[in-house]
Amino acid sequence: MIVTPLHIVLSLADWLSLFGHFMLLSLLSVGGAISTSSEMHRYLVEEHHWLTQTQFNDAIAIAQAAPGPNVLFVALMGWNVGLNAGSYVAAMAGVAVTMLGIMIPSTTLTYLAARWGHRNRELLGVRAFKQGMAPLVVGLMVSVGLILGSANHTWATDWPLWLISVVAGLLIWRTRVHLLWLLAAGALIGWFLPV
Amino acid sequence: MTTEAPRARPSSPLDLFLSFTVLALQGFGGVLAVIQREMVDRKRWLTREEFIEDFAVAQIMPGPNVVNLALMIGDRYYGLRGALAALAGMLCLPLLLVLALAVLHAHYGAHPGVAGALRGMAAVSAGMLAATGIKLAAALSTHPLPAWMTLPLATLCVVFVVVLKLPLAYTLLILGGIGVALTYRQLKRTRP
Repeated sequence: MIVTPLHIVLSLADWLSLFGHFMLLSLLSVGGAISTSSEMHRYLVEEHHWLTQTQFNDAIAIAQAAPGPNVLFVALMGWNVGLNAGSYVAAMAGVAVTMLGIMIPSTTLTYLAARWGHRNRELLGVRAFKQGMAPLVVGLMVSVGLILGSANHTWATDWPLWLISVVAGLLIWRTRVHLLWLLAAGALIGWFLPV
Repeated sequence: MTTEAPRARPSSPLDLFLSFTVLALQGFGGVLAVIQREMVDRKRWLTREEFIEDFAVAQIMPGPNVVNLALMIGDRYYGLRGALAALAGMLCLPLLLVLALAVLHAHYGAHPGVAGALRGMAAVSAGMLAATGIKLAAALSTHPLPAWMTLPLATLCVVFVVVLKLPLAYTLLILGGIGVALTYRQLKRTRP
């Protein structure tokens, strides 16, 4: 028996909806899959309640702590949705559905467009698209940070976590310190914080 | 810098797969810097110029930049086979590792220390993402549009997503559409 914070039942239509939604997000993931994570949060946590806020945050934190592309946080979300549905088989299905969904459209598009883009990199439209999206990439990054940080909403007890976020942000902004050290420090401080 | 080094290339799709596996496993907290070092400085499969051009395209396209880059590099040498080999190398072993970590976390996550440690790490991630956004904002100073246009666009984006909680598609269509249209007009005007 798997102990999970949520018990959900997923129909075939739900699985298809999940797959379709991640395919759509894939097409929108300019700036990386993480830039669509606020939309994943809206869909998985707020709208469907397939994932808890804690599971959502842990998925990003664990993928961040592990080596490899950060997009693997998507696999962990699929894994947890499947576990919430009650089995390791469902968890594997969750990984397959979310990862294939987030990868197939963007990689297909990139594959087809790469040579074209390479040849036409001076084209006005290409430059306008790339540079015109730049302010949004900035805004989305800040937004994801704020959403992730606002999980700690009880100011009286959670202020040390906010302090960690602010200090980590300042260190990354102003210094070249490796992210691993900061994650290790965050883990160490978090370990001794009262929950 | 030394003189022109001989141009190297992957010996097979398997070489691509293994190279990208090794590369991905070094990338704690982001793989981009590792790709640059391995592909340009060490293996010399790409010149620095090619790396920058490829990265521009990888950036334009949806999807993780580093995954797009791997796909493009693999494609250059072995076509679709190479693209899939590089992609698989980038994702397979790291995926298994991250799932193993998740299972460990499921077993020990109830421990208050572990739960606290993860909350601490999530707090660091939150700070890192916001800081990366602020860092990137500095790059907007070289943007063809003036700062009084780009900064409000970035700020509006935060308002749309965090305060109004609008679906991302609307944000990208509305604000992205405005940004691209303004940039296009500006580039056209300043074109030599």
